[in-house]
Amino acid sequence: MRDVRAARREFGLGALGVLLAFGVCEAVSRAGIVRRSYLPPASEVLARAAELAGDAAFLDGIGATLRAWALGLGLACVIAVPLGLLLGSVPLVDSAVRAIVEFLRPLPSVALIPLVSLLLGSGSGTEVALIAYACVWPILFNTVYGLGETDPLAKETLRAFGFGRLAVLLRVELPGTAPFIAAGIRISAAVALILAVATELLAGFGEGLGIFIAQAGLATDGTRDVLAGVVWAGALGLVVNGVLVWGERRLFPWTPEHRGADGGGARR
Amino acid sequence: MLDLSAVGQYYGDHQVLHDITLTVPDGQLLCVVGPSGCGKSTLLRTIAGLLPAREGTVTIDDTPVTGVPDRLAVVFQDYGRSLLPWLTVRDNVALPLRRRGLGRAERRTEADRILDRVGLSGTARRHPWQLSGGMQQRVAIARALVCRPTLLLMDEPFGSLDAQTREDLEDLLLEVHRTDGTTIVFVTHDIDESVYVGDRVVVLTPGPASKIALDLPVRLPGERDQIATRGLPEFVALRAQVGRAVRGQFR
Ligand SMILES: Nc1ncnc2c1ncn2[C@@H]1O[C@H](COP(=O)(O)OP(=O)(O)OP(=O)(O)O)[C@@H](O)[C@H]1O
Ligand SMILES: [Mg+2]
Repeated sequence: MRDVRAARREFGLGALGVLLAFGVCEAVSRAGIVRRSYLPPASEVLARAAELAGDAAFLDGIGATLRAWALGLGLACVIAVPLGLLLGSVPLVDSAVRAIVEFLRPLPSVALIPLVSLLLGSGSGTEVALIAYACVWPILFNTVYGLGETDPLAKETLRAFGFGRLAVLLRVELPGTAPFIAAGIRISAAVALILAVATELLAGFGEGLGIFIAQAGLATDGTRDVLAGVVWAGALGLVVNGVLVWGERRLFPWTPEHRGADGGGARR
Repeated sequence: MLDLSAVGQYYGDHQVLHDITLTVPDGQLLCVVGPSGCGKSTLLRTIAGLLPAREGTVTIDDTPVTGVPDRLAVVFQDYGRSLLPWLTVRDNVALPLRRRGLGRAERRTEADRILDRVGLSGTARRHPWQLSGGMQQRVAIARALVCRPTLLLMDEPFGSLDAQTREDLEDLLLEVHRTDGTTIVFVTHDIDESVYVGDRVVVLTPGPASKIALDLPVRLPGERDQIATRGLPEFVALRAQVGRAVRGQFR
């Protein structure tokens, strides 16, 4: 109950914020404070963004970006989840790999774009590799953290009923860690979108949302198209996040933050 | 037969149990009583093979306990944390049956049968976190009983139950004990309860390095009955004896 009301309030405030920003942009542009070609009125940008939904070439670009996004994110999951489970459950491996991880982690992925482009060319291979690289970290760290958070008593319970090490991993540690992994994937999904558009922007050719924005930026009076592209990027991010949050709620109703009004029991 | 010989147990350098020597014949219901923090839970974890004995030996039927013994069931004190929140009540209860190679339908029937006996037939499809503390505790008890263990360890299993449910479950435990001949080690805070359910009561001294302060056989005439048994002069005398042993330690 409280959650629903809080969510509704949050949504209302969010909508208000968007409206306010929209109004300011519209007013600034229409009042002529900034040249129209630099900052077109928000309504024009939105109209153009809507128009692009009917543009087959643009939609192909969106498709290409989403493909790279999904591939990179998928690859990251395939690498990070097993690695995280290994690091989290075998302390020896953890100490051996920790130094490498701590060295690689702070490297900003965007700074790697030129290097990886040199190695893999400026096609979608580079894009997918960079997305995967950036997405591995949140998933990896969440998996390791989640494993550490599994209740020792739940593990002990299974051992007491005669289950072995593997059964404990599959029946307790994996399901217990799943919500953490899912949260890591949600964080990575946003990172992946940023990386996809950024790589395309810097590569400058091929197809994708970033390419659209880059090319619009070169055209005279392209600001409106640039901004319309940005609106699309933002909308994609919102939709992806919304879907993932919804999925987490459906899949993991037992986690403390999802337990709704019907969770009355005394745990802990 | 469960046999502990000169068992000492530690957490790091901190000694919890000292020189515990006990022989529990098959089918005995042994109650362990002692002040909070004296090491009752630690004793159960040692018997369960979850925490190997640092000193002395634990044997079951003359085989040293090195890992978790076969056909063991445990009701942990922290029942809420020992239930898996992503499984329904039925699946939690049926979990130990997976080790017995039963089919899905059989597991379900067995789980529902035992849930019925602990008075939870309506909750099979709910999740543990949707139940009250007392109901969760009964789920944990059902899960321990479902696989018909030969050795049952219970750590204050009736702690958060109301008086009525508690008495019903005490009698259920006695019935299971009688019909299945299960060997049971039953930890409790409640002196009355220890004398009512136990064939024998062991009192531990306060920690650190708890020892056995009293080892008392409980011989009561006739079948146990919540009202009649608790009024027997023998019951009152035994209760006083256990009470004095526990209390003497608080001075
Ligand atoms: N995992 C642990 N690490 C270190 N010390 C522990 C650990 N578990 C218990 N202890 C200590 O060991 C002693 C005995 O603990 P134990 O849980 O066995 O007591 P208990 O008799 O079951 O108490 P209660 O009646 O309150 O459940 C206590 O002093 C406790 O602080
Ligand atoms: Mg205890």
